[in-house]
Amino acid sequence: MSAFNAIGEEREIDRDEFTPGVEPQPTWCPGCGDFGVLKSLKQALPEVGKTPEEVLTVTGIGCSGKLNSYLDTYGFHTIHGRSLPVARAAKLANTDLEVIAAGGDGDGYGIGGNHFIHTARENHDMTYIVFNNEIFGLTKGQTSPTSPKGHKSKTQPSGSAKTPLRPLSLSLTAGASYVARTAAVNPNQAKEIIAEAIEHDGFAHVDFLTQCPTWNKDARQYVPYIDIQESDDYDHDVTDRREAAEMMHETEDVLNEGTVLTGRYYVDEDRPSYQAEKSAVGELPDQPLAERYFDDDAEWERSYDLLERHT
Amino acid sequence: MSDELIWRIAGGSGDGIDSTSQNFAKALMRSGLDVFTHRHYPSRIRGGHTYVEIRAADHEVQSRGDGYNFLLSLGDSFARNPQEDAYYGNEEVKPLSENLDDLREGGIIVYDEGLISEEDVEAIDLHERAEENDWHVFPMDLRSLAREHGREVMRNTAGVGVTAALLEMDLEHIEDLMSDAMGGDVLEANLEILHEAYETINEEYEFEHELRAPTGSHETEQALLSGSNAIAYGAIDAGCRFIAGYPMTPWTDVFTILAQNFPDMGGVSEQVEDEIAAAALALGASHAGAKAMSGSSGGGFALMSEPLGLAEMTETPLVLVESMRAGPSTGMPTKPEQGDLEFVLYTSQGDSSRVVFAPGNIEEAYEQTRLAFEIAWDYQIPSIIIYDQKLSGENKNVDVEFFDREPEPDLGATLTEDELAEAAHDASGKFKRFNYADAENNVAPRSLPGQKGGRYLATGNEHSPVGHISEDPDNRVAQMTRRIEKLDSIREDLDEEHESNQTYFGDETAEYGIITWGSSQGAVREAVERLNENGHSVKGIGVSDMMPFPETEVTEFLQSVDEAMVVEMNATAQFRGLIQKELGRFGEKMTSLLKYNGNPFEPAEIVEGYEVNLADEDREPTAQVRIEPAAGD
Repeated sequence: MSAFNAIGEEREIDRDEFTPGVEPQPTWCPGCGDFGVLKSLKQALPEVGKTPEEVLTVTGIGCSGKLNSYLDTYGFHTIHGRSLPVARAAKLANTDLEVIAAGGDGDGYGIGGNHFIHTARENHDMTYIVFNNEIFGLTKGQTSPTSPKGHKSKTQPSGSAKTPLRPLSLSLTAGASYVARTAAVNPNQAKEIIAEAIEHDGFAHVDFLTQCPTWNKDARQYVPYIDIQESDDYDHDVTDRREAAEMMHETEDVLNEGTVLTGRYYVDEDRPSYQAEKSAVGELPDQPLAERYFDDDAEWERSYDLLERHT
Repeated sequence: MSDELIWRIAGGSGDGIDSTSQNFAKALMRSGLDVFTHRHYPSRIRGGHTYVEIRAADHEVQSRGDGYNFLLSLGDSFARNPQEDAYYGNEEVKPLSENLDDLREGGIIVYDEGLISEEDVEAIDLHERAEENDWHVFPMDLRSLAREHGREVMRNTAGVGVTAALLEMDLEHIEDLMSDAMGGDVLEANLEILHEAYETINEEYEFEHELRAPTGSHETEQALLSGSNAIAYGAIDAGCRFIAGYPMTPWTDVFTILAQNFPDMGGVSEQVEDEIAAAALALGASHAGAKAMSGSSGGGFALMSEPLGLAEMTETPLVLVESMRAGPSTGMPTKPEQGDLEFVLYTSQGDSSRVVFAPGNIEEAYEQTRLAFEIAWDYQIPSIIIYDQKLSGENKNVDVEFFDREPEPDLGATLTEDELAEAAHDASGKFKRFNYADAENNVAPRSLPGQKGGRYLATGNEHSPVGHISEDPDNRVAQMTRRIEKLDSIREDLDEEHESNQTYFGDETAEYGIITWGSSQGAVREAVERLNENGHSVKGIGVSDMMPFPETEVTEFLQSVDEAMVVEMNATAQFRGLIQKELGRFGEKMTSLLKYNGNPFEPAEIVEGYEVNLADEDREPTAQVRIEPAAGD
């Protein structure tokens, strides 16, 4: 018998199961885009047949980091920028878990930038949602890695001299096999993309544009979005790396100037996940590692058997 | 019959010094001797001066010993700065010139004429010095001999053959080990070289030296292994099957050993982008239900302070190893020091606590690694094993039977789904994991993601019983107190349920004590034995529990002596500081003997330190050590 009976349990799943029945209520500001992420996850998870207990959400620090306080799954609220290494190890230790990492643009693209590059490079089988509101929210409105050039804040009073980071291009270049951008103001698309990202076998990076009505009132996040999959003007092949890169450049060049494109930019179903690659070279056991500790028949090799080489 | 052999093989890094010495040490062990190895190498890949010392005797050896009595100098085949005024000097001769100061009177020198020219030898006044010190010098063209039968790199084998002949050793064990390690033409060539070197020496030289290989026998089978081996094997037997790391000397040894063994054991190893990630991975794997560890050396451990604090706050079991090298900053990458004690004890913000063990020898490294896992998983607290480049790289023979015990893959305070069904939940169905009211032993047993009925939030913020972020003052006090008091529970557990991790030696009734910690234990132990043999009355204690501190044991020890000397490898007397902080007294009783030149203590230095200190002589010891007087002196 499995030690993790909640995993793969087949039953009708009620959307409300993902909502804590009691406290806490979200502490996000009224009108915050983070509500959009929470909502799309609550809709997507039952849709893809996940039970709350087989899902592990791992978050970083900031407003975004509170996601799993308001989402009733197993949760690990970690530290600034470190959600990805924690999340990918949890997946390696128990490959049956559905692992979803989340964080903000400062958290994920700034302090956690190194982990982002390498998790994408290795194509870990997990979903990574970045709440991108182009600002540090919880620390009260400082310039973030995605803030537009010239953005004025208390820490860059004369306006930022830095070009914003390009998360989609970065992720594609680093090796993510699923890259999409969606927005809190486009809830139907958001739910679909999140569901697709969860089902994707590999590193699925979703840059989720979330408006910050308190600290980033002027941002272009309120501009209506064009869904590239639905618009006739953008007939691009999501499986084509070069086309995807071009589309990304197009939107990243003009993101802060009025045109915002959302949708799936790149989907590579052929690239094996890191877990599959690691398994193929014999470095990942077939049985989830965590299961083994509950398996009475598991054979535990002893160091004593290794001593021959030392005698 | 010689009492002990201390054989030093010197050459350039990359010349095969380490592998040759490993085999020779094993041959000595198989011949029935106890062996202890010490490795000295520079922070570069090829060239420079590197040596390995093998001490072999018919009795137990605890340390590298004092000086040495046989030098096999192969020359540096990668020497790149032959010009006289180059910064590094003439490197070819370094394996000979750099070692002469420590060679004992009456010692033997074999050097490779093929690499070290007569000119070089004259430039360092070898012949004059040999006469003064009664050294017996044997120049041999080992390089040509090796070339003749095989390849130049086989000059190491020639050197071993010469050694065996000069020490009148049987070649049997050396040949066996060679056959195990190689085959075909390579083996044949090596055997030819071995024999020819052996015979040439026997035919061409008269032996006037008195040094011969000691003889001995073992009653049980012995294994020759390093502290890194012992830590890795302790982890395996504790059920550890997940390791994440980033390479950094000297921690890389443990990482490599586990990474190489895990695929066959169903374990998972990950080399990752940095040490923050490494510790965070170990934490994530542990959270999901694997027994996991990570580690580094000081500089990399600095990056781990975030995940370390997170492990403590979320009460996630975690084992980290910290292999010290000389600091601060990148310091001396390949040289030992015990300078990270305070850093490891207090890393991380807030009133943070963890368990810290400092094993003093190979056996303790194995035992305490197992214990570190046991405590971490039973108490859901990070355990750290602090050791150093010395213990990491030194090899010693251990009775094979010592390791013959069952693995312990037990996850400690982790609930099963049946137990979770009975546990307390809040109205939304969340498991009240951090329910301080229910806590026994201050431990809040956990659930694992994927278990039915176990949902909770793990967070680095202060949290309520189900894990929600909470700034409620009453909850804060209850959670904080429970976490901090885990250390008291662990101390009780260590005192009552486990054998002491402290090692006592010397004359129990002595009124003079020597206190040390970690890997300095062996040299101190030998110094204490020697002092007692010389008519002094001294006792010693090697302390391994750094946190929680063995208050009772150290208090009793200090109360029983009039004066004590604290021996440690750092410049600021960190361990003495810890004793004073933990016990709040004894400052006036403790003098420090400190060494921080990149080389571990030799027993003679401790003996001299004792004599200088006790005699209250107004002089400094002659060795590169420093005496830090007791408080008030």
